Amino acid sequence: MRQKLEYLKETPSQTAGPYVHIGLAPGAAGFEIYDQELGWDIAGPNAKGTRIRVEGVVTDGTGSPVKDVLLEAWQANADGIYAHPEHPGEVEDGFRGWGRVITDFETGEWGFDTVKPGPVMGRSGQMMAPHINLWIVARGINVGLNTRVYFEDEEEANAADPVLGVIEWERRRATLIARREARDGLAVYRFDIRLQGEDETVFFDI
Amino acid sequence: MTQPGEFYQRNRGVHPPAFTPDYKTSVARSPRYSLISLQNSVSEITGPRFGHNDIDESDNDLLTNYAKAGESPIGERIILHGRVLDENAKPVPNTLVEIWQANAGGRYRHKKDTYLAPIDPNFGGCGRTLTDENGYFFFRTVKPGAYPWRNMVNNWRPAHIHVSVFGSGFVQRLITQCYFEGDPLIPICPIVRTIPDAAAIEQLTAKLDLNATIPLDSIAYNFDIVLRGRRSTLFENRLEGN
Repeated sequence: MRQKLEYLKETPSQTAGPYVHIGLAPGAAGFEIYDQELGWDIAGPNAKGTRIRVEGVVTDGTGSPVKDVLLEAWQANADGIYAHPEHPGEVEDGFRGWGRVITDFETGEWGFDTVKPGPVMGRSGQMMAPHINLWIVARGINVGLNTRVYFEDEEEANAADPVLGVIEWERRRATLIARREARDGLAVYRFDIRLQGEDETVFFDI
Repeated sequence: MTQPGEFYQRNRGVHPPAFTPDYKTSVARSPRYSLISLQNSVSEITGPRFGHNDIDESDNDLLTNYAKAGESPIGERIILHGRVLDENAKPVPNTLVEIWQANAGGRYRHKKDTYLAPIDPNFGGCGRTLTDENGYFFFRTVKPGAYPWRNMVNNWRPAHIHVSVFGSGFVQRLITQCYFEGDPLIPICPIVRTIPDAAAIEQLTAKLDLNATIPLDSIAYNFDIVLRGRRSTLFENRLEGN
């Protein structure tokens, strides 16, 4: 029998439910309330690097698109620096590195515009390949799901990435690699998320 | 002088598992494979920061932020207040807390909500605020009503306010729901019951707080939020790789 050691316990998670938009994207719920909604502009006007778009759809275990998802992105700038005091280095004025998007109610498609992140120094001096951290909440999801978006055209860096390397099933690593296509001169990365079933996306306990 | 280090591993025992069949939507939306556990890197210990330029001072007052001049929403006027702490009981200052809720009749202002209880013309149902240097936050709103939902045919959600909070690192990101003390719908709700631990459910139940109640004006409920704590780096663990 262990003796009691007094720490507080983390508040338990609950699903964001079907109406998450009211709180976090009220414009989509159908009404104007805030002067500014948060999360529309990830990189700001001054960000260096390549402007990209990341888009996709979230599907459930039946293969149907999930139309009430909210996704949040957290990424470094083109130099691999996070906009946070614990990460040494400067980011451009206006670069926040965080974004919030919702899926289209009709199609389930989501997308955000940003700059491609640079490689970030990982643990023990191992470089991490460029990636965007994603957090996914929706009705039916009890605890937000964490995953990472990597880029198809970073083959060499991906092969050496310490986090992809933790996934012992090499076939599953492919679920985290966004496919690149060019559209009107813009690099668009397709990142479909499968919550369950065949080619289920890898989710992390971070 | 110790530096803040990695975050404590999330104790999944106080959280709902992904697959909770009595909450039917979770069945097709829960991963079948185990989560892959990662040690914290800088990607996890950092997270977005918000400041007073991001929000308006009045965004935490749901009694006025969607009401026409001189009018106010119908319902029980309440204050919801508390502190955001970490597991070490340290306050989490300057962090963004966002809430959303139904009106007093259980109706959401959302194009997808077709429940027959009416919309309140003076109530939007969302608010946001930053915690102060002591991790303290407060909102003013109306107490939301219970509402029916299509799960089993006669399921009713207890009165609840949805709460979203950030902390300092992306690993602390949390969305939860706050219930109200004494509500008989709490123990029979399939979404509440996704949580395996009775003490954890209690942690989601705001307590009546007469001391914070404003006599003849608004009744208060206390709701503290606990985010994951961090180790102090007593020995160099080379988190930054230096």
